Amino acid sequence: MVSNCLVLSEDLSIYHAQEQKQLLLDALAGTDKLELDLSAVTDIDSSGLQLLILAKREALQQNKQLIIMASSPVVTETISFCRLTAFFEKQPDNTQESAWTN
Amino acid sequence: MDELISVFIQEGREQLQAMENGLLLLEQNADDHDNINSIFRAAHTIKGSSGVIECHFIESFMHKVENALDRLRNGEINVSAELISLLLRCCDHLAILLDALAAGAATLPAATSQAGDILLNELSAYSAAEPQPAADHPQPGAASSADTGSPGSACWHISLRFAPHMLRGGMDPLSFIGFLATLGEIVALETLADTMPPAADMDPETCYLGFEIQFQSSASLAEIEAVFDFCRDDCQLRILAPDSKPSDFIALIQALPEDNQRLEDILLRFGVLSQAALADGPAPVQQQPDPTPSAALPGRPHPAGPSNQGGENKEAKARLIRVQADKLDMLIDLVGELVIAGASANLLAQRSGQGELVEATSVLSRLVEDIRNSALQLRMVQIGETFNRFNRVVRDVSHELDKEIDLVIRGAETELDKSVVEKIGDPLMHLVRNSMDHGIEAADLRVAAGKPRHGLVELNAYHDSGSIVIEVRDDGGGLPRDKILQKAVENGMIPPTQSSLTDQEIFNLIWEPGFSTAGQVTNLSGRGVGLDVVRRNIQALRGSCEVSSQDGKGTVFTIRLPLTLAIIDGFLVGVEQACYVIPLDSVIECVELKDEVAEHNFLNLRGEILPFLRLRELFDISGQHPARENVVVVKFAGHKAGIVVDQLLGEYQTVIKPLSTMFRNLRGIGGSTILGSGEVALILDVQALTQRIMQVAERKNSRTPSSISTS
Repeated sequence: MVSNCLVLSEDLSIYHAQEQKQLLLDALAGTDKLELDLSAVTDIDSSGLQLLILAKREALQQNKQLIIMASSPVVTETISFCRLTAFFEKQPDNTQESAWTN
Repeated sequence: MDELISVFIQEGREQLQAMENGLLLLEQNADDHDNINSIFRAAHTIKGSSGVIECHFIESFMHKVENALDRLRNGEINVSAELISLLLRCCDHLAILLDALAAGAATLPAATSQAGDILLNELSAYSAAEPQPAADHPQPGAASSADTGSPGSACWHISLRFAPHMLRGGMDPLSFIGFLATLGEIVALETLADTMPPAADMDPETCYLGFEIQFQSSASLAEIEAVFDFCRDDCQLRILAPDSKPSDFIALIQALPEDNQRLEDILLRFGVLSQAALADGPAPVQQQPDPTPSAALPGRPHPAGPSNQGGENKEAKARLIRVQADKLDMLIDLVGELVIAGASANLLAQRSGQGELVEATSVLSRLVEDIRNSALQLRMVQIGETFNRFNRVVRDVSHELDKEIDLVIRGAETELDKSVVEKIGDPLMHLVRNSMDHGIEAADLRVAAGKPRHGLVELNAYHDSGSIVIEVRDDGGGLPRDKILQKAVENGMIPPTQSSLTDQEIFNLIWEPGFSTAGQVTNLSGRGVGLDVVRRNIQALRGSCEVSSQDGKGTVFTIRLPLTLAIIDGFLVGVEQACYVIPLDSVIECVELKDEVAEHNFLNLRGEILPFLRLRELFDISGQHPARENVVVVKFAGHKAGIVVDQLLGEYQTVIKPLSTMFRNLRGIGGSTILGSGEVALILDVQALTQRIMQVAERKNSRTPSSISTS
């Protein structure tokens, strides 16, 4: 299993959403296990959040692991505010259908 | 008393009234979930606020009541006549508890708490019949609200779906939710991104997010909506109030774009829906059996009172300010003085002959008139609240008498002065009880007479030329003319030989002291203290009361009251040097008195016979008749009559100063007022004068039967 680590240093906001989407998907395409380091992210908005959701959903669909290795307080807080902590910790499971796709 | 407690008592009584109205309505419509919810809310509010003021006897009592209501709301127990009676008795007990609190009691008298325990014992049969199913308990997140009876549904439920272009518009959905969190506590939240397409098609600048939020807050709907004001056009916002019924949530599920199963899962997890409610399908309310067939009223008009009022009242309440009554009275007093002072300024201005001054004062007096009208409007309240109390009375009394009686309320929105409303309750109560006890026949008798089994008592209010008219109408057997006559002879009220009394005169005898025709004295009425007290109370309000009856069809009691007790629009007239005020509302027109009719007390008003009297003769004013006399045509209670005066002086705003008790027996004078010049003018009592005129006319009429009927 090839592990890969992606460090996002820009804010997870609408201004960087296009490029970050590409970064995330490219990184995910090249590995079975993507580790995200979000500790340098100082701001996250809804677009950033939905990008993370997208990446996680893709990973789950492709039966890959996507783990947020580290995150800045603001990211942790946002994810927990949206009650998504458990979702991002979810491991791919062959038998279980993803909640996001039904 | 502590201000907080007095506010609690006042609001507690209102909630109690709401609860009681709701229960009465429930008796007729057991399937009304909205109603059950509002009953529950009322009980819950009382319990919650009694906890705040640390009144433990109310809190613990209401806690039990609330438990039973909660089970009722969850459909675990069914509505039954017994349960409603029990809950109504609980309401009565709560009223006693509130009275005890108002009296400053820290603990309850033993008898009261015992009575409460008995009620609670009976209630416990309903409260503990089966354990609460776990499905109704919400997730732990919501359990922080320990004092909430059913925390899951005591939260607002907010569904948010943001428009795709939202992010590009520079708005961040999360920030709105973050702001929402400042208004209260987000108990549960679910982030939805179901509409997000596969990665290749996903546009990172398009918003795909939606949220289901359970939100606990004391904020109002408007306040919550205001959070989303900025993005009102960019999101679909659906808010369900606390205690929404399952069918509302099911409707929500169907309205939302996501897969129904997924939404159901979320709502189940939130604890707002139970499996049972879901299984019941979109209309679970209809599953309720109807356990009260006796309460069903096929094809009869429904007592409209509480049902229509509930919703409107709730909305109206938000816009109400509580003002102390004496502050309002002071304002009215001041406005009264202002009216007098204004009239005096007006008079002086006219005497001075300065055009500009006259103009200025006339503008001023117009403004004063407006102020007067709006100040009086402040005191006006709808009579509906008074009427609604009778729902309970009619229910209880009809049970007690074992008659089947419905109450119909009309004209509940008719307004009248608050001080009048407060004093009209007791006389009305008397009349309504009278109608139920004496008027309405037993059900079997009714059926035998070919009438519907259910008796009907109707309360009706409307405005009529400056007065408010309140009718208490029943469709019973009518007044027993012969019995009244016989009784009156027995009591020595009329000589036995006098048989020339008209029906109406006989009916009027029931207003006399010591009169009762009920063969059997019940604890409701018939003890002979009654209608004379009613009449005295109403006369004390410058009102009048009448009765009319049709044998076998029913009886109508009509109460006529002045709209306000303080200020009226008057019409100023003069006889010799003295001025008199006729309430303008009762004036129809003024005509010149022609010489040719001066001999009789009738004149021909466009083909109509108009009886009149001369004020000069009535008050025995000396002096010569002027060359020209005028007739002021007045109307009262459907009768027209003429009052002959010397001069017509025009409209005049009149502040009524009551006459002292010394003049209480004076007939024809209703009060006095002070004119701009400082002179005193007497206010004519149009009611008394019309009656006098009619009596004179009728006497003449009966003496000469060939003459034309006048009334």
